[in-house]
Amino acid sequence: MLKIEGLSGGYDNKLIIKNVSFFVAKGEMLGILGPNGSGKSTLLKVISGILNMESGNVLIEGKPLKSYSSKDLAKKMAVLPQLHSHAFSHTVRDTIALGRYPHQSGLFSSWSIEDEAAVVEAMKLTAIERYESQMLDLLSGGEQQRVFVAQALAQQAPILLLDEPTNHLDIAHQKQLLDTIKTQAIEKGITIVSVFHDINLASLYCDRLLLMDQGEIKVIGAPHEVVTKDQIETVYEARISTNPHPERPKPQITILSDVNEKNNDKLITTENFQVTGELVVFQAETQLKTWSSAVTNAGSGWYRTFVNRRVDANYACDNVHEEMLEFLVNRGFSEADTVGMMTAVNTTDAVIKEYKTPFGNVVIMVTAGVGNAVDVSRTHEVEMLPAIGTINTWIIVNGELSDEAFIQSVITATEAKTKALAFEQVKDPRTGTIATGTSTDSILVAATQRGVHIPYAGPITEIGKKIGLGVYECTVEAIQIYKKAKGWD
Amino acid sequence: MSKAMIGYILSIAALIVAIWLGVSVGSVKVPISTLWDTGADAIATNIVWKIRMPRVVLAGLVGASLAIAGAAFQGLLKNPLADPYTLGVSSGASVGAVATLFFGISMPFLGIYTLPVFSMIGALVTMLLVISFAKLVDRAMKMETIILTGIIFSSFLGSVISLMIALTGEELRQIISWLLGSVSMRGWSFVQMALPFVVIGTLLLWLNRRELNAMLFGEERAKHLGVNVKKRKMMILIGGSMLTGTAVAVSGTIGFVGLVVPHMTRLLFGSDNRHVLPLSFINGAALLIICDLVSRTIISPTELPIGVITSFVGAPVFAYIFFRQRKKGGN
Repeated sequence: MLKIEGLSGGYDNKLIIKNVSFFVAKGEMLGILGPNGSGKSTLLKVISGILNMESGNVLIEGKPLKSYSSKDLAKKMAVLPQLHSHAFSHTVRDTIALGRYPHQSGLFSSWSIEDEAAVVEAMKLTAIERYESQMLDLLSGGEQQRVFVAQALAQQAPILLLDEPTNHLDIAHQKQLLDTIKTQAIEKGITIVSVFHDINLASLYCDRLLLMDQGEIKVIGAPHEVVTKDQIETVYEARISTNPHPERPKPQITILSDVNEKNNDKLITTENFQVTGELVVFQAETQLKTWSSAVTNAGSGWYRTFVNRRVDANYACDNVHEEMLEFLVNRGFSEADTVGMMTAVNTTDAVIKEYKTPFGNVVIMVTAGVGNAVDVSRTHEVEMLPAIGTINTWIIVNGELSDEAFIQSVITATEAKTKALAFEQVKDPRTGTIATGTSTDSILVAATQRGVHIPYAGPITEIGKKIGLGVYECTVEAIQIYKKAKGWD
Repeated sequence: MSKAMIGYILSIAALIVAIWLGVSVGSVKVPISTLWDTGADAIATNIVWKIRMPRVVLAGLVGASLAIAGAAFQGLLKNPLADPYTLGVSSGASVGAVATLFFGISMPFLGIYTLPVFSMIGALVTMLLVISFAKLVDRAMKMETIILTGIIFSSFLGSVISLMIALTGEELRQIISWLLGSVSMRGWSFVQMALPFVVIGTLLLWLNRRELNAMLFGEERAKHLGVNVKKRKMMILIGGSMLTGTAVAVSGTIGFVGLVVPHMTRLLFGSDNRHVLPLSFINGAALLIICDLVSRTIISPTELPIGVITSFVGAPVFAYIFFRQRKKGGN
């Protein structure tokens, strides 16, 4: 559809685009990325014929750009430039109707049925019918941008070039505009080339991305091939991290700040814990990076307060999450800051210990109720109603854990817990075999993300050793307390 | 009925009223019927056909030319303050005209058209220089940049004219009054001199009415929409310069008509150039006929130069548009 061959060009005597080649297939959406001054807008201007090319070729449907007359080119390629202010005001309809210019000819260039249909459809697609007779300059920036999108769509060209179409728009308008354009690509097979400032939007909407660096192509490919930590950091000269989009297989980036915020150097100790008859509460001065399988604020996030709440053994509720939130809020905990778990054992029986490591302490908390202990290898044999059993394990680290270390911490802790159950000969009452855990165990791993960087947390790492030992010791002790309380011994 | 339709009806009505007043009012009151009444008084017929009618027609042509040229320049430059006068194009045309008289230039193949043709060339050259210079100063060609450039060129060209007048002594003194702008005592020959250029120039601009609409969004945008900007721009510049040059050649420098009329037209009937151009043409004619009427009757028997009246009205309007645009934050 659109083929660029060895294109070089720029302003007067300054070459900005150097030897750029790529191909865009029909119905494809290509995003052009690059830092300020990397030449992405210039590239678009050379492709659209606004700036002259020094060398190379732009082929539209196999024919060179120069071979098209102004009107014929406009029939093939519509362009949406960046928003500008205007000295005179047109009505919305008149503005969109200008998109039909290339389709009209003759001295009086009468308005045809197709012209009218194209304008009406463009207004519908961009949801601006109700502004039809309003003056353009009375609309907000977002609405104006939609009018220009409509103008470009009314042109009914198979190729659409866009220059930062979402500039100055709020997120609702960004989404709406890109949804509209992407739908055109999917449904009508329109070929789209768009310059983006926002890497995340580009990654989310485009089929392929082109990363520009100083007028040249650094890389072109699928979003996951282009939006990588190394490439983005090199080209943009900014620290970032990548993470997956929650719904689509598209990478997203997060900017990493280099500003030193007021540091809290206080270490986490057992002093941070408070135990009442109802709750085990951990409170830190600043948020910790947390991974957990808790009831509220599970998953990963940054939280300051961890609550282990005692509930009756017969606790039953249709909406545990809601009930727990309500409980926490009633007790004065912040919804946004608190990770909440439940246990059926006495909170005063919680075992909380601190383990010294060369880089900072690891604090471990375990509450163990082994009434519903299960042997995970045999659970498939018996049917079981979910019941609150619950060994809750918290591991709080003074250090900076990598993502891998968080996951390895969970593995290490789970292995240590299973070992503790074996040592205590806790059995699955249904099968009579040694239990590996209970039916609803929960875990929380949190780290201050300050101090020493800890890349791994397997069993033979310094931290892994302490987690293994600590979780084992605490779980054994907690089980012994539980047994004593139940009078099992 | 559309806004534009109302615009045409009102504007044509205004023009008819203006012609009627222009023909009948004056030191001697003459009924309009003299125009078609074959049995009318011979003196009245003479006044109407030999003095008033050519004057009204010429004022109409000059007003129409300046107004439509102004509308086109404003659209082309996206600048509501642009008009032949503020851009310095009128001064350029004056230099062309004065130089023709000063050097006694006469091109046999041009005949009576020598003066307007040189005036047009002066206008076109000035226009191109103003645009090039403004672009050099500021690529975005902001409103103020263009107008300042126009003032610079106006001042410079004004001094060139003064110099030529000073050098010629007595016989060109009459030029001074001509420079202030007047349509008095011109007769049909001037109408004949102006008419073909007014027709061609107007046609050139009218052919670009839709292109001008596209150019309101910038030359780049117009290009994206399929406008052959280079060609269209040249057509508009030539058309506008032709009209300005002609107007100046027959009536001297009459300021602000090209500013006030398109502005009022847009304000009342919208800024679609498909209508702004023809409506400005009609209203420009009406306005200048009325201004001429005022100039010759207000302190009668003395006649004021018509440029005095148009500037009296135009300068405040200029200030108002400038104020509005700055408030709006437009460029």
